[in-house]
Amino acid sequence: MLGFGIVKGMWVTFKHFIWTYLDDLRWIGRKRYNAPEGIAYRSSKDARGIFTIQYPEEKLPTPEEFRFIPFLIYDETETGEKVDRCTSCGICAKVCPPQCIWIVRTNDPVTGRPVPAPAEFYIDVDICMNCGMCAEYCPFDAIQMDHDYEIASYDRFRTSIYDKARLSKPASYYRSIRPLTYARGEAARAEKEAAKAAKKPAAEVPGS
Amino acid sequence: MAEQTILQEPVDIAAHFPESVNQDTRSGFHGWVVRTGDLVQFATTLRDEFGYDYLSSVTGVDNYPQDQMEVIYHAYKTSGGPGVEFKVQVGREDPVVPSLVSLYPGAEFQEREIWDLFGIRFEGHPDLRRILMWEGFAGHPLRKDWKEPYFEEELKPFKSRWPDGHVVRAEEKNPFQDNLEYPPGFDPDEWTPQAEEALYKGLSQSRIPPDPELKTDTLIVNLGPQHPSTHGVFRMAVALDGETVVGLKPVMGYMHRNHEKIGERNTFLGNMPFTDRLDYITSMSNNFAYAITIEKLLNVKPPERTEYIRVIMAELTRINSHLVAIGFLLNDLGAFFTPALYGLAERELILDIFEATSGSRMMCNYFRFGGLARDLPDGVLQKIKDLVYERLPRKVEEFNTYLVNNEIVRTRCQGVGVLTREQAIAYSTAGPILRASGVAYDVRRAEPYSIYDRFDFDIPVRQNGDIFDRFLVRMDEIVQSIRIIQQAVQDIPEGPIMTGKSQYSVRVPAGESYGRVEGPKGELGFYVISTGKTNPWRYHVRAPSFINLTSLAPMSLGNKVADVVVILGSVDIVLGEVDR
Amino acid sequence: MANELTTPGYDIPREIEHQVTITRLDQIYNWSRKNSLWPMMFGLACCAIEMICTAASRFDFSRFGMEVMRPSPRQADVMIVSGTVTKKMIPQIVRLYNQMPEPKYVIAMGACASGGGPFKEGYNVVSGVDKFIPVDVYIPGCPPTPQALLNGLIALQKKIDTQSLSTVPWYRKGEIEPVPVPVLGPDLIDLRKSVQIKEYSAQRAAGLQDQPAVEGQQI
Repeated sequence: MLGFGIVKGMWVTFKHFIWTYLDDLRWIGRKRYNAPEGIAYRSSKDARGIFTIQYPEEKLPTPEEFRFIPFLIYDETETGEKVDRCTSCGICAKVCPPQCIWIVRTNDPVTGRPVPAPAEFYIDVDICMNCGMCAEYCPFDAIQMDHDYEIASYDRFRTSIYDKARLSKPASYYRSIRPLTYARGEAARAEKEAAKAAKKPAAEVPGS
Repeated sequence: MAEQTILQEPVDIAAHFPESVNQDTRSGFHGWVVRTGDLVQFATTLRDEFGYDYLSSVTGVDNYPQDQMEVIYHAYKTSGGPGVEFKVQVGREDPVVPSLVSLYPGAEFQEREIWDLFGIRFEGHPDLRRILMWEGFAGHPLRKDWKEPYFEEELKPFKSRWPDGHVVRAEEKNPFQDNLEYPPGFDPDEWTPQAEEALYKGLSQSRIPPDPELKTDTLIVNLGPQHPSTHGVFRMAVALDGETVVGLKPVMGYMHRNHEKIGERNTFLGNMPFTDRLDYITSMSNNFAYAITIEKLLNVKPPERTEYIRVIMAELTRINSHLVAIGFLLNDLGAFFTPALYGLAERELILDIFEATSGSRMMCNYFRFGGLARDLPDGVLQKIKDLVYERLPRKVEEFNTYLVNNEIVRTRCQGVGVLTREQAIAYSTAGPILRASGVAYDVRRAEPYSIYDRFDFDIPVRQNGDIFDRFLVRMDEIVQSIRIIQQAVQDIPEGPIMTGKSQYSVRVPAGESYGRVEGPKGELGFYVISTGKTNPWRYHVRAPSFINLTSLAPMSLGNKVADVVVILGSVDIVLGEVDR
Repeated sequence: MANELTTPGYDIPREIEHQVTITRLDQIYNWSRKNSLWPMMFGLACCAIEMICTAASRFDFSRFGMEVMRPSPRQADVMIVSGTVTKKMIPQIVRLYNQMPEPKYVIAMGACASGGGPFKEGYNVVSGVDKFIPVDVYIPGCPPTPQALLNGLIALQKKIDTQSLSTVPWYRKGEIEPVPVPVLGPDLIDLRKSVQIKEYSAQRAAGLQDQPAVEGQQI
């Protein structure tokens, strides 16, 4: 019969429509909206009914590996002093595909050797392509990819080149957004420290 | 052991042309060097006697400071198997090469691109105009001595970023605050724009001849570059007789982002995130093609677990892309947004998997040379299994129910936009377009790469070559991809994901390499020449959407204007790939 | 809703709180405009796919009033420039911007539209659409996720809230000049700079300017 294909199609659409109400009914007593279990349900394989995540009241949880703009990590000592992890080795600036990282490394005026902390560190956010290679190849776990995506601005000439102050965030923040990467990073650093400590007494033993 | 895709067959064509054909003896290079004057005869023999009927790729190379430019051709047989490579060499001063359009019409756009970007003229080409840049642009950009206005250094990494990286925006160094440069003595008041005369002249020459008895007016309409058929910034100049299309010329280049020139400045690894942005819907597939091309040069083979993960990601990407293609095809037909919304909802679940694994929904940057960037996190494999065993098969059934038997879809799509088998091969089309016209050619079967030879799957082929068949081929391919993923998640082993250590500055041995995969849009190939340094010498993308567009004009002539939009939807282009 | 519009300092009895509001004309004007912005269907590249995902069912932006995406500029309020702006396309973008009726807004979505993005060094790429048309909100990211785009749209709504009927440019005397459409010549020609171009090229021909890095470029 002519038109039967269209009718079958409209029946599918109608079923989807009815399911939005039936699913709300199934969730009476539980919170389907504005609650993490509701968001998890709507992002799972069983999702039927309304599929919308209502930003800004509900935010989809970002997975750990999510990449947006990079950020620099500093450790906080017990006295509250901020110690940059970055040693201005320049690998992130070399590996960045569109070359959006600018680092100024200064030399110590007394010894003439490079200071292992960047004097200036800039990222041009209008060029950054969120590829994550700077974070992947940093040997000191000093730069990682942030999860913060709410960075719209009205004037790019004043705000879109991020300097070191804007980029630096504490290691506690790093641990809260990327727990597994943080744990791996800490394990690697502990291993390096142990290896350095193991070599030291051997070097101090004089000529035996 | 790295497999060479070229020249494994004992094709004894050199015996036919003892004087004009020689082997390319440079280390790491393959193929034959053909004398320029004998090119057409050589290609005719190759096609007619030896059966290499499918010209896949035509590439130009500039070997400055040597006084030499090359044009490199790759040809394959539609019955499958490795292909042959042949090249011609010309000088840099006013180079001329005979055109192969009369033998392989699919070379038309690629030769125009080489004229545009290198300045090599093709004699005998029916319509040699610039294709990616506009008429009147000064210079041929991909030549090695042509420098762009923001030129800093020949190769990355640039010295200005570290250790004295005093940040400056690139436009501040330019007198016009933008990347602009004008020839000396240029006066904008005295100059008249060349506009589009060449385009409209070409259109009037290549159209269906008008009826000699009934004089009618033809109307020239520009469809695009901004139009609601959301394929991107693509323009078609159409000559209409009433509602019937009598001539069509596609105009592209509105998204030309200089991928190849930037690719020559980048390091090999730095090109990986840029390949994401080619066909931006299928970034994992693009990464795959580039990774296998460079792995051929580096002679590394990734571990088993990596191969399985790569196949799973590539097939998920195929499902992704076909859902988008079907949704937007139905958009073009007028079913405004319902099938697209249903398809995009499924796609969101797949994108969640990509986001959890690689960090980004679309620009995955996940593959590395010899492995992957990181392993699958916990829980992702279970999510993939849930999707592939439960949700996606159900959704494909649903699509079948409400789309395939729909009378409007059938009336508008069956018999429209027909591409015959011979035309499909001659125009070098690839992917679902080729298979919908009856040619059972899929790179995963013709020349298996990675571990595709271990999986049990079919290649869907249809015979009519119209829009409806292409739509059905895409639906079938989703089913086959689900089948492959089901097998892969069963067999995936544990183990390392990287051969050797992950390095950011890879020194690739000198040579050339052409690596191709079966992307969702067709055969995606990368042609890379390395001189042994950390940056490529030449980096070319064989883009399926670009070459598939050669078939747009013959498919549309004689149909109505409303059909042109749907035909374009069935060709399924992505502008990032067309224009690079 | 009534609470949102009420000017602070005016107490409305609780019983009629949701029926009556005391507000200013500016607030009503801005409130109605910001909640019914119609975007123009203007997707250039990869960011357009994220824009389509924002319009699709998961991150629906018709909840914010952007119910329809109009392909015609005459019927649109906000142009979301999503994707790389190339020199070949910029005359069309400027033309479309001129055809939009006031009040109009522009959102530069993504790194490419804001400032050229990763392709900034290319010879066919304009370093940001704000070289030609005024931009109201910049959203960085490559591509910005749909939630980031929604954040940017909310930022635009906040910006509209600060406008006032007495100072908006479209109600002032005098015409608003359209942006001159650039022309494609040996390189993109911005007609506002044609005097500067002529002088610069004449100086280069006379050998007074330093040779730029563009060697081999000929007419």
